Amino acid sequence: MSILVDKNTRLLVQGITGNEGLFHTTQMAAYGTNIVGGITPGKGGEWVLDGKIPVFDSVKSAKDATDANATIIFVPARFAPDAMFEAADAGIPLIICITEGVVIHDMMRVRNYLDQKKVRLIGPNCPGLLTPGEAKVGIIPGNIAIPGNVGVVSRSGTLTYEVLYAMKNLGMGASTCVGIGGDPVNGTNFRDVLEMFEHDPKTEKVIMIGEIGGNEEEKAAEFIANKMTKPVASFIAGQTAPPGKRMGHAGAIIEGGAGTAADKVKALEAAGVKVAKHPEEIPTLLQ
Amino acid sequence: MKLHEYQSKNIFSKFGIPIPKGRVATTAQEAKQIAEELGGRVVVKSQVLVGGRGKAGGVKLAKDPAEAEQLATQILGMEIKGLPVRKVLVDEASAIDQEIYFAITDDRASKKPVMIASAAGGVDIEEVAAKTPEKIVKVNIDPLLGLREYQARDVAVAIDLPRDYWRDFTKVAMGLWEVYKNTDASLAEINPLVITKEKKLIALDGKMMIDDNALFRQPELAEMRDTDEDAPAEIEARKYGLSFIKLDGDIGCMVNGAGLAMTSMDVIKLFGGEPANFLDVGGGAGSEKVAAAMRIILTDPNVKAVLFNIFGGITRCDEVAKGILVAMDEVKPKVPMVVRLVGTNAEEGRRLLENANMITAETLADAAKKAVAAAKG
Repeated sequence: MSILVDKNTRLLVQGITGNEGLFHTTQMAAYGTNIVGGITPGKGGEWVLDGKIPVFDSVKSAKDATDANATIIFVPARFAPDAMFEAADAGIPLIICITEGVVIHDMMRVRNYLDQKKVRLIGPNCPGLLTPGEAKVGIIPGNIAIPGNVGVVSRSGTLTYEVLYAMKNLGMGASTCVGIGGDPVNGTNFRDVLEMFEHDPKTEKVIMIGEIGGNEEEKAAEFIANKMTKPVASFIAGQTAPPGKRMGHAGAIIEGGAGTAADKVKALEAAGVKVAKHPEEIPTLLQ
Repeated sequence: MKLHEYQSKNIFSKFGIPIPKGRVATTAQEAKQIAEELGGRVVVKSQVLVGGRGKAGGVKLAKDPAEAEQLATQILGMEIKGLPVRKVLVDEASAIDQEIYFAITDDRASKKPVMIASAAGGVDIEEVAAKTPEKIVKVNIDPLLGLREYQARDVAVAIDLPRDYWRDFTKVAMGLWEVYKNTDASLAEINPLVITKEKKLIALDGKMMIDDNALFRQPELAEMRDTDEDAPAEIEARKYGLSFIKLDGDIGCMVNGAGLAMTSMDVIKLFGGEPANFLDVGGGAGSEKVAAAMRIILTDPNVKAVLFNIFGGITRCDEVAKGILVAMDEVKPKVPMVVRLVGTNAEEGRRLLENANMITAETLADAAKKAVAAAKG
């Protein structure tokens, strides 16, 4: 067991013939992910990866032909909202959107539409999912993580790699690693993923990597205090970030004195979470 | 991206929200001329992209054109929170009965737009929010349905607006929703929305922020960007698609990924140093981008050491190493450099930098400690 993706995932890739789409399709396939098809409008009938993966014109036709149960999106930001609507309308229950720079107004419409359809969205602006040894659905380098019993959830990309790598160096493996993305309006939040980890028999401990901005870490702390039995360790990035400046991620900004690292650390510690001083320290807190 | 008051109010006006008559001036002479055209009393308002202009003395009432000229001279010579005043807005003065706060903004928590209103509008709205939050009304808007008129009426009732004004208030609310929606704004704020002695609703002041990601489909708004507020290095960085923020410390940082960049700053601080900047070179950065990033970091005279922290995923460490070499050749830096490469093609990257006279590190903590020591000389 693991959460969201595993050996049984039947994955579609939207934007499969684009530069990024094709590069990461190759990487994901090499990892052993079961990619059943891809979508690029106008290129239906072609094949990629030496004839191993069929390309379709639409998500609907791809779903009909392959019975896919998840899709990953690599299309440019201005086309990503449409790609998410299309996947939801085609009946795909799990959408992972890697694309960075999606307009927030579009994301609010997408999120509210997907909620009505009960579709799970991960991202956008995220590194995707990795269930080590089973499925890589995203851009997390496969070789930096080993299978294990620690669930990892993060708003960041490379910072997550840093933590997975530190875990591996200590011989600690991950059940599933979930990158929820750095945008202010996304599909899945910390609380959702913590709940999945709490119910996943393979996950025994959890690492949560947060950052400044918003109040999702505070809400997660409340959930941990009231509902979680499994130990959680954490790190919050942005302790030295100045207020009012957007620190790269659209969502990483201290506004009106809210969303500071200090507030988040305080809320997490009050919930019994061990908070690390630097990312390489996190796994040692769970040993 | 922030818009000036005059830009925001011009947009409001296009969507049917009443604003005072007035125009923007860059000289005192021009301000006088506008005041003459308007006749009567005018308000001279500094146009800078920070809050608290009134409290800083950047908003003044003039009884005639001569006084408008005199005040414009004074305000155009001012700095407000470090920003020089380059423009003033000259508006006809209004006789105010009541000040209302009204805004539409993105609500991260509910993933929906939210309409915010208060009968206690004006300069002290932050204080109202902190001390008497019950005086602030918030109503979420379904992004798929848009603002409905009944919601606007509900807000009018909730802030105790007299019945006579409900119709006008609803018009303003629907107008502001159209502003927010059509400009991809993250904030469209009227503070204050005033009731005048003549019993009219007027947007006396306006503030807008536009989602930077939406500028590709808002070319007219993109043109309005005022870069006065940004450090020159930040403008340069934007050209190369780099995310850069200047800070006050002495250790320059180049990192791939925003979260890891923030973290690298934090770890520098943890080991007793001060970061000179936030810099995310982004995913898949090639050597050209890396070279540009390094030039930008080294133009800061405070920088006494540079830390490179690259975790290769899509980004290839050898590409980054090549960029570092190109930039070193060009800039001939005199400060010590600490480099840490992990992940995709890290070995090749390290080999390329072998003869570059750089300090290498294995872990992030180790790299930060070495950079702190190097900066202290």
